[in-house]
Amino acid sequence: MSTIEKDVLKRGELEGLVEERDREIAALKARLADWEEAYDGTPKRESLFTTVSGREVRPLYTELDRVGDEDDGLGFPGAFPFTRGPYSTMYRTRLWTMRQFAGFATAEETNERYKYLLEHGQTGLSVAFDFPTLMGYDADHARSLGEVGVCGVAISSLADMERLFDGIPLDQVSVSMTINGPAIILFCFYVAAAEQQGVDVGVLRGTVQNDILKEYQAQHAWVFPPEPALRCIVDMFEWCSENTPKYNPISISGYHIREAGATAAEELAFTLRNGFEYVERGIARGLDVDAFAPRLSFFFDVHNDFFEEIAKLRAARRIWARGMKEKYGAKNPDSWRLRTHCQTAGVTLTAQQPENNIVRVAYQAMAAALGGTQSLHTNSMDETLSLPTEKAVRIALRTQQILAYESGVANTIDPLAGSYYVEALTDELERDALALFEEIDAMGGVVPGIEQGWFQQEIAGSAMRQQREVESGDRVVVGVNHFGEGSGKLEIDTLKIDPDIEKRQVAKMAAMRAERDDDRVHDTLDALREACRTEENVVPRILDCARAYCTLYEIRAAMEDVFGAYKEPVFF
Amino acid sequence: MIRVLVAKPGLDGHDRGAKVIASAFRDAGFEVIYTGLHQTPEMIVSAAVQEDVDVVAMSVLSGAHMTLFPRVQELLAEAGVDHILLTGGGIIPEEDVAALEEQGIGRLFGPGTPTTAAIEYVQEWFAAQQSS
Repeated sequence: MSTIEKDVLKRGELEGLVEERDREIAALKARLADWEEAYDGTPKRESLFTTVSGREVRPLYTELDRVGDEDDGLGFPGAFPFTRGPYSTMYRTRLWTMRQFAGFATAEETNERYKYLLEHGQTGLSVAFDFPTLMGYDADHARSLGEVGVCGVAISSLADMERLFDGIPLDQVSVSMTINGPAIILFCFYVAAAEQQGVDVGVLRGTVQNDILKEYQAQHAWVFPPEPALRCIVDMFEWCSENTPKYNPISISGYHIREAGATAAEELAFTLRNGFEYVERGIARGLDVDAFAPRLSFFFDVHNDFFEEIAKLRAARRIWARGMKEKYGAKNPDSWRLRTHCQTAGVTLTAQQPENNIVRVAYQAMAAALGGTQSLHTNSMDETLSLPTEKAVRIALRTQQILAYESGVANTIDPLAGSYYVEALTDELERDALALFEEIDAMGGVVPGIEQGWFQQEIAGSAMRQQREVESGDRVVVGVNHFGEGSGKLEIDTLKIDPDIEKRQVAKMAAMRAERDDDRVHDTLDALREACRTEENVVPRILDCARAYCTLYEIRAAMEDVFGAYKEPVFF
Repeated sequence: MIRVLVAKPGLDGHDRGAKVIASAFRDAGFEVIYTGLHQTPEMIVSAAVQEDVDVVAMSVLSGAHMTLFPRVQELLAEAGVDHILLTGGGIIPEEDVAALEEQGIGRLFGPGTPTTAAIEYVQEWFAAQQSS
């Protein structure tokens, strides 16, 4: 038989296969039509049948929803485009890291809570700072009045950071720090504290949030304007890639965008577009994309709609992988691999019947695990009332342990792959995100979008839509707009922060200021100011300031002398 | 028309609630001025005087309510505008709500409150002022 004859035969076989497939599809469509007839003829419950983000959900998904999706957006776990997970063996090798965000009062109290959590099986630490620290103010600054140690721990200098990790070996525990505006300063306090412990900083593992774009968009703990702030972030990329290769210098965060009101698709799109913005800034600096991209990490919210949240995490990995490979030319698979932390959605917790929150958190945690997260924080039931009590935190941690060790979800990788609904949702979310990318690009990118207030208005608009659904009663919130119990009396304990903490912290700062070498303080701050004016990487300069016990606000102020302060565009 | 200053005192950046209530007040026909974030009590009182508002509604989720509400109340009195209603909402434990209301601060609303409850409260207060 000639080659041509063989090809003709093969084509005949293929045509036969295509015809068979067409017949199958026609048969499926006929069966679906029968089902639809039955469906249309049956009464339905009064319900929105949309996700919390307002996405229409059809009553049934079938194999027909997968037809035409032959570009193989799935692949295998640990392989491009990573829809099924960033690692090939996932929870078979290592469970997600159970990392509870904690911090309150002074470094000493928080240090005790960390030791308690580590003793109870937590596998990583996560620092919550108080508002003054988040905004770059010292505990003894006038603007800090009434807020010291209230919503997190007060860290105003290296001295506080040393106390925070006293007796906790920083070469063995990975530490995540949620700080953005002054992130570069707190990072330097942390590195200097590790040096004090005699730890080789090259082995440090952990993450600093350091995602300023979402601060302007949603969370609002900013210090400097966008351009100098972005320069500091790229300085961190550069310094960390050379000095702390196992440390993540950023956690690109959708959490706060979602909590501020965004939909799932907006959270996905804004977060990834912010991520690509950082990549572009790194490349513009002349850094090799594969030198810094493998250490970029992510942080997503896990809200109430179970399947939409799972699909969001799967779509995020695929969009990131494709963008990094195809648009930004990254060659190292580690640059394509989106690794993420997740936290259950604080905004879904209710003050009414707070014990119900345990159940909400458990479902959300399960969605995070089925979505393939690398680490997880589960909220405590009492967080709409105050900072969590030890008991509430313990239940939240146990929720993760039950999920990991009893439920069986960790036994197999990406168990929902191939689900008609989950795959259709994953594709839909990806399409929605790409459409939002186009809108952002049409405005000239992320920074112009922030300056025009576009992100802020989109988020506030979505928040208002959700509020209306809840107030009309269409969106059921158990214990709030339905199934209430009337009395409103709470029967759980809440954590009280001792109001004397502020005074104690202020006294400690006065003692620290009296002890330190003032000449060294002035010299290191002058050198930092000078570096800010040039293109020099500022990390080594800030480290010198940290070692000299310059305070957070002194360092912030020196940088602000050169960089200026951010002014928000106000609207509602 | 009822004029309301929606204010975010302190360092807390959580403005979802403030923006939602500002929009809801506006939709209810109030004249609404929103301060933006990170305001000191002095800035808030000076805006209240300048804008000649009837109501100051503060959103506090930072835990600093026991410092911020009394401080704004004190400054309103010093400025001679203590006819202004000082109200608000946020993450405020019940016993603190009771203590602040005891000190003469208006009603404080917690998580899960429908915006209509706050709107009705302000409208009723305003009507009572007009008739007295």
